[in-house]
Amino acid sequence: MAVLDGLAAALILAGLFFFVAGTVGLLRLPDALSRLHALTKADNLGLFLLALGLLAANPEPFLGLKLLLIWLLVMAAAATGAHLIAKRAVRGDGEDGS
Amino acid sequence: MNELFAVAALVLLFTLGAGLVRVVIGPTPTDRLMAAQLMGTTGIATLLVLVPVLRAPALVDVALVFALLAAVAAAAFTRRRRPAEEN
Repeated sequence: MAVLDGLAAALILAGLFFFVAGTVGLLRLPDALSRLHALTKADNLGLFLLALGLLAANPEPFLGLKLLLIWLLVMAAAATGAHLIAKRAVRGDGEDGS
Repeated sequence: MNELFAVAALVLLFTLGAGLVRVVIGPTPTDRLMAAQLMGTTGIATLLVLVPVLRAPALVDVALVFALLAAVAAAAFTRRRRPAEEN
């Protein structure tokens, strides 16, 4: 169990790093489309690593199945939402012209 | 081990608060929508991290429902058009 706890700690720290990096990117990048990169890629990777760390801390198969489902749903939602946001930002056909 | 999870939850909550800055500043509504997406993903991560701290395995199901609802907000926001036009 000690090995798994060390692995869980490493995964959680890596996930936190990517999450904070994604949020810093959202705050500091110059353009809406580049902020979209930071939001969808870095944040989802951080979420995946955090979920793996949770699974490593108490490894149960049903928990692993639910975490996999959560991750797949978040990935699909992020990909679809990113596509919609990017299309609207490029075309500028929102309700107020932006 | 639980202390690391609690510290992770705190860091994620600070991240959530920092994302609110983009909601206030963001020059276009697209930026504000992206900050709302950030809050959704960070909320899911906070719920997942709190599972061993509060010893509540039901929080994983709450995070699952949250993930389902996160897609709806982006779709609803980006599909609105000016009233004079059709889609």
